Amino acid sequence: MNSSNSISKQKLKWRIFNDKLFSIVMMTLAFVSALPLLSILFQLVKKGYKQIRLNFFIEVAPDTMQAMMAKANHEIIPGGIANGIVGTLIIVGLASLIAIPLGLICGIYLSETSKGKMANAVRLVVDMLQGIPSIVLGVIAYIWIVKPVTSGFSALAGSVALSIMMLPSIIRSTEETLKMIPSTLKEAALSLGVPYHRTIFKVLLPTGMSGISTGIILGISRIAGETAPLMLTALGSSAINLDITQPSSAIPLLVWEFYNDPNLIDLIWGASLILLLIIFLLNLGAKAIVKKWKVQY
Amino acid sequence: MESTILNTKNDRIIKIDSPLLNIDQLSVSYGGDKYSIDKVSAGIQKNKITAIMGPSGCGKSTLLRAINRMHELYPDTHHKGSITLDGEDIYKINPIELRRKIGMVFQRPNPFPTMSIYDNVIAAYILNGIKLKRSEKDQIVEKSLREVGLWDETKDALHKRGTFLSGGQQQRLCIARALAYAPEVILLDEPTSALDPIATAKIEDLLVELKKKYTIVLVTHNMAQAARISDYSMFMYIGELVEYGKTKNMFTTPKDERTEAYLTGKFG
Repeated sequence: MNSSNSISKQKLKWRIFNDKLFSIVMMTLAFVSALPLLSILFQLVKKGYKQIRLNFFIEVAPDTMQAMMAKANHEIIPGGIANGIVGTLIIVGLASLIAIPLGLICGIYLSETSKGKMANAVRLVVDMLQGIPSIVLGVIAYIWIVKPVTSGFSALAGSVALSIMMLPSIIRSTEETLKMIPSTLKEAALSLGVPYHRTIFKVLLPTGMSGISTGIILGISRIAGETAPLMLTALGSSAINLDITQPSSAIPLLVWEFYNDPNLIDLIWGASLILLLIIFLLNLGAKAIVKKWKVQY
Repeated sequence: MESTILNTKNDRIIKIDSPLLNIDQLSVSYGGDKYSIDKVSAGIQKNKITAIMGPSGCGKSTLLRAINRMHELYPDTHHKGSITLDGEDIYKINPIELRRKIGMVFQRPNPFPTMSIYDNVIAAYILNGIKLKRSEKDQIVEKSLREVGLWDETKDALHKRGTFLSGGQQQRLCIARALAYAPEVILLDEPTSALDPIATAKIEDLLVELKKKYTIVLVTHNMAQAARISDYSMFMYIGELVEYGKTKNMFTTPKDERTEAYLTGKFG
């Protein structure tokens, strides 16, 4: 017994070495997979930081002549991306207003109805919705909104396209979060004579708030960088536009426009950096919410 | 043959005069023709503790849940027979209204995790949208917490979340929550099975105290607990109410051999 249980000193050393080797390999691989993100960030900061001044946030995008003049004089290109920032805020905000209530209700329905043809059909549709290319959603919004409703390109059409993109992530996170909540909590409320709808809105939703709002924020950060559907709907605008029935700019649209203009191409770095920072902040916000609102059952 | 069985059955099931709750030929099914409890008839005495015992799957929780219609949360349930509360058929009362008269405490403590201790006690009012004055709220909270012996332990932490309490304290909080609405009956579904012996003893003392004001029906796995605190006991086996009588009599001279086998630990 004893001899078979004891390990010789040499074997033990080999095992310890193996353990160490394994952790080093793991750390290296983890670092390698984080490299692309770090190098993107490095590139954007290196090339874009010069552009980022106060003007960058409060002035609209320059036209190609202004940029050419500045370049000829070896000055920093004037102007900023204010039209894009305002446009993105309006389009994404409106898309959230459309998608959040719909997504919440659909998610609640799915979590409460685990079986049944209707629920399964809805689940299938939501899964397929997730796979629809965003450009197709742009086409759909063009047919639904641009032509019949606003008779022209509009921020509203962009919002509709993006809201459809957001739906699957909100629906799924709501469904999954609510399913995780122990059924005893629902029973506790119902046993107090609380009506079903109040049980859902006053007990289950607040309890799952952390998970649900994380899903919403991740949905928002997913659509904030979308470009293709906006090309077919919001189109772009050189001025700040607050009217949702009119064409509007957005940060990703500006990046695309800058890319297509040799005089403006230097601006893509700053604009991309701002877009990335917005998405970073949203993700950090989601993490903070999970930490702060997490409840213990 | 039929009549002799009926006679012995009447023998085994005590008749309660003017019961608060009267269960009459109640059968409950969770779908299909299979009944989880079958033709159960029993009266429940006011201001007493009635314990329902039996092995797992015997239908004791189903019977308890049928009393405040919580079994209806599962789809496809149906029932035969009736239950009356103060002579009124509970299946004709709206379940929302019924559950305000018949409170319930569950196996695992389940305070609302987003609410403070204070809000948990008056949860029935908050969740039902009933507006109370600050002084009324304070009064209900103090009274209910005093009733469950939690006031001294929590009076300085009323606005902390209920989930920070220990398991036993959480369970007493849940009892306070069920009491805040001043129900007539309190149903408890194995309320101490997730608790340690000291917390269990406290809950048991509390129940004995509470029966002065409320009628208590208790499902328990724990025979010793039934013997300690209940006035009447039911023994159920595979959906059938086998024996129902005064706890004292049942534990000393069980009338059915299945009851005797269960009480002496031969199965269960």
